[in-house]
Amino acid sequence: MALRKILGMETEFGILHRRAGESNPIAASSVLINAYINSLDKSGTASPLPRVGWDFVDETPANDARGLSLLAAMAPEVETHLVNAVLTNGARYYVDHAHPELSTPECADPLSIVLYDRAAELILVESMRQANLNLPEGEEIVVYKNNSDRKGNSYGTHENYLMDRTTPFSRVVSQVMPHFISRQLYIGAGKVGSEAIGMSSEQVPFQLTQRADFFEEEVGLETTLKRPIVNTRDEPHADAKKYRRLHVIVGDANLSQVATFLKVGTTAIVLCMVEDEYLSRTFVLANPVQAIRQVSYDLSLRRPLELDGGGTITALEMQWEYYDRARKYAEDRGLECIDQTVGEEVLRRWEHVLTALESDPMQLADQLDWVAKYRVINGYRERHDLRWNDARLAAMDLQYHDMRPTKSLFSRLGVETLVDDEDARVAMSEPPPDTRAYFRGKCLQKWADDIVAANWDSMVFDVGDDPLRRVPMMEPTRGTAAHVGSLLEQCETSAELLRRLGS
Amino acid sequence: MAERTQKQRPAPQRTEEAPIETPSKSETGEKLKAELDDLLDEIDDVLETNAEDFVKSYIQKGGE
Repeated sequence: MALRKILGMETEFGILHRRAGESNPIAASSVLINAYINSLDKSGTASPLPRVGWDFVDETPANDARGLSLLAAMAPEVETHLVNAVLTNGARYYVDHAHPELSTPECADPLSIVLYDRAAELILVESMRQANLNLPEGEEIVVYKNNSDRKGNSYGTHENYLMDRTTPFSRVVSQVMPHFISRQLYIGAGKVGSEAIGMSSEQVPFQLTQRADFFEEEVGLETTLKRPIVNTRDEPHADAKKYRRLHVIVGDANLSQVATFLKVGTTAIVLCMVEDEYLSRTFVLANPVQAIRQVSYDLSLRRPLELDGGGTITALEMQWEYYDRARKYAEDRGLECIDQTVGEEVLRRWEHVLTALESDPMQLADQLDWVAKYRVINGYRERHDLRWNDARLAAMDLQYHDMRPTKSLFSRLGVETLVDDEDARVAMSEPPPDTRAYFRGKCLQKWADDIVAANWDSMVFDVGDDPLRRVPMMEPTRGTAAHVGSLLEQCETSAELLRRLGS
Repeated sequence: MAERTQKQRPAPQRTEEAPIETPSKSETGEKLKAELDDLLDEIDDVLETNAEDFVKSYIQKGGE
């Protein structure tokens, strides 16, 4: 049986320090995050001090799932000196390279990911508000939830899926690659023009995704250069004998909740089918790197992609085949691997979206990012009779992702939501109840002063005279409210908790 | 090896759902256009005023 798909989403946000003379993105990111953390300190109510630093002891981002040692590839940097906080909802909020980054807590189903991704947006909105209170008159820090600066610099939105270690990685690669290429049809956040070398605005006036321009390899360990469609980072943040974590770097930052839900939901189901050897047929594309751009550049959604060994297939045909197989999988095996009810909703929306993409994609302007963005920008272009390379359209593209409520274009487009903002506000400080994030978040709420460090798979406590005590959390499905809720409530002190955990 | 070549999907249950041409379709089209016009009027006030400078100044470092 496929493993329960514990999920996570990491978003690097674009950042500008406006009217500040020279904008230093690392400093601005630190100001932003520290302003948020300090505001929690001051409020002194719901969220006690998330002053806890990140613990890097188990970080091994240079391990490769293919079992190779690193030769030409560079190990990703881990910058330990920058602000790096753990929040009481179980998330990690930190400066990564030159961006603020928020990693959601571990979530047990795709709807929970939507909730915590929305909570992440609200955290960034509140961070901007707090940071700007302290800036000199006229200056402003502004955050964008997008993936490129339109000048060839890209930053990522990464998905994470817990997988069974016994599933051969080569099978994961071959069976998920066509999904990554074809799911662009509904996960794309849209982009005016292209940043690929030599691509003019006549050739690519508008494309489906932010990211397709930046992928140069099929499989590999890199994330910053020569980005691969399937990333091989092998760092499970869990029991490495049982688990792997598929780290997916080939997605866009979505503002549409429907797109986020489908992105994570369809991919989780595909991965369950990979584990259960349920995908009998696999498409092998002749050139996946070329195909990912061909799909992104083709607004007709009809472009045939060459298959290895002859013949062609379209992205929609690939998606229909994945969908049909998933429907059958659900009937045969059920969808407990991502929650039965949520899984059925994924299937329902998946079919709806593919049907609409086939007949008239513009029907999805209230559901998908690229369609919503295309509709408003193309409408503006027609009204003012502009060429696609006009700066006003590029500005609208960026402004679509502006996280300021007063400036966000996205929020004016009437796109459907799947979670209430009230619930997302609660999720800014409360962890999900059904993963180990619950243990992390609740311990931070209750005993932040006694916690020296935390990371995904352990927490380190300092309870006075004793040596520091590390509590391992190698099972992502343990430490839930059902497992430890009453224990955490009963314990008055962290020393008592450690004593009872040890017994 | 590729095991699949291009084919037309049969998908009977889905093609049956294809929209039927009725007068309401053009009405819907008119309505959508009016909505888009309203939206474009509304966003005029929030669009970045100096688009060219804004786009030029939006510079990020690569990440990930």
